[in-house]
Amino acid sequence: MSGMSPKTDQQEPETDTHATGKPAIDSDSAQMVACIPRLRRYARVLLGDSGAADDLVQDTLERAWTRRHSWRGGGDMRAWLFSIMHNLHVDQRRRQGGLTVVINDEAPAPPARATQADTLELRDLDAALALLPAEQREVLLLIALEDMPYGQIAATLGIPLGTVMSRLSRGREKLRLLMSENTSQTVRRREAR
Amino acid sequence: MNQPTITDADLQAYVDDRLPSARQADVETFLREHPDVAERVRAYAAQNAAIRTLHRETLDEAIPEHLLRAATGVGAPPKRAPWFLAFSSDGIAWRVAAGLVIACIGAMAGWAGRGTLVSEASAPQAGVTAEAAASLPRWAAMAHRVYSPDMKRPVELGAHEKPLLVKWLSRRLRTPIRPPTLSAFGYSLIGGRLLSGPQGPVAQFMYQDASGQRLTLYVSGEHTAAPREKEGSFRFAQEGSVNVYYWFYDKLGYALSADIPKTRLEPLAASACRQLETS
Repeated sequence: MSGMSPKTDQQEPETDTHATGKPAIDSDSAQMVACIPRLRRYARVLLGDSGAADDLVQDTLERAWTRRHSWRGGGDMRAWLFSIMHNLHVDQRRRQGGLTVVINDEAPAPPARATQADTLELRDLDAALALLPAEQREVLLLIALEDMPYGQIAATLGIPLGTVMSRLSRGREKLRLLMSENTSQTVRRREAR
Repeated sequence: MNQPTITDADLQAYVDDRLPSARQADVETFLREHPDVAERVRAYAAQNAAIRTLHRETLDEAIPEHLLRAATGVGAPPKRAPWFLAFSSDGIAWRVAAGLVIACIGAMAGWAGRGTLVSEASAPQAGVTAEAAASLPRWAAMAHRVYSPDMKRPVELGAHEKPLLVKWLSRRLRTPIRPPTLSAFGYSLIGGRLLSGPQGPVAQFMYQDASGQRLTLYVSGEHTAAPREKEGSFRFAQEGSVNVYYWFYDKLGYALSADIPKTRLEPLAASACRQLETS
């Protein structure tokens, strides 16, 4: 406030950052802040809803902050944050009853032909991704968006490397079929006109 | 001739360009001999490229204040019960903190009166004293600055209890008041609180958009002497980074405050003004 400085700084409650700019940032926080844009993008693509995505990011940052002492400075801050976000997301899905427990991850993929309803709903890649099981979507996104090494993905998600590879393989194939179903459906609709 | 076995994991790693070059050559040989597999691999690579385009804009967006605060250990999300419903020690701590904040407003008002008010208002209209006209945006801006950055408890009663909120604030201001709807502009009501103004009770409603940007509507019942103002005669004031549109109507003073440009705030204020005068 133009007319209220410099006294404002001394009298303002802790909750106010407008006059002093951003909150004071230590090096852990600075690293955390640097990861925020990537966390936000990943969460948006993962959840398909920017409001829910920012909520998940906020929960992630809060949990990370309270547990920052468990993160030993030398590690990869990004992988640590993504693993926190993954755990929160799993909790969230479990609460919503949407978590399918994968009993046999290595079982052959079911015939990945999209149902009629699914196909009609498909408009773009976003929609196709949303039809993948979250477990497969996570792996695809950590690779495509984050370019994360397979081993780090395994550690981040708390699963064996073999499971990363099988989820990747199944996710990609299902996405391919969904997209090609979508394309052929669109073509058929165009031809019908 | 012995052909190296190509596993599915090799194909995936090939798509992601993560194979050692010797192995990569093996895969390329295999793909030349298996055009159907090559076709799939091309589709997978295209998926990677397409996924990378999704929500790229997020990387360049300004980081919302509430996320910055979360990353620096300041504040928590406003999802717990309001303090007066929470019987935890945390709730009690907050009551004390809220008291201090209110005391701060009182303290700040003393020197705020000496501050420079950038106002485009013409001379105060008949019936509204110059003092009232000048103090309304200043108090509103100050209340905005105190409460809108608060992540933990920005409001006393949340929007999910809107009927109770409206009833409570109407009773305290001794006149029916109702928060306008600003959803057409992307802002939804998150709740409100009762404040202490220079001459009595004040209601503050808070709104938030998807990015976490907040605006507050300050409704002061102090202008009991003011006659009805002409519709749309609202004015603009600037208090540092906080822009305020304010107007007087039916014995009440209204001020809409936000840290957004004047041009964006104006249609919001105009809409709120219209809604309040026709409600």
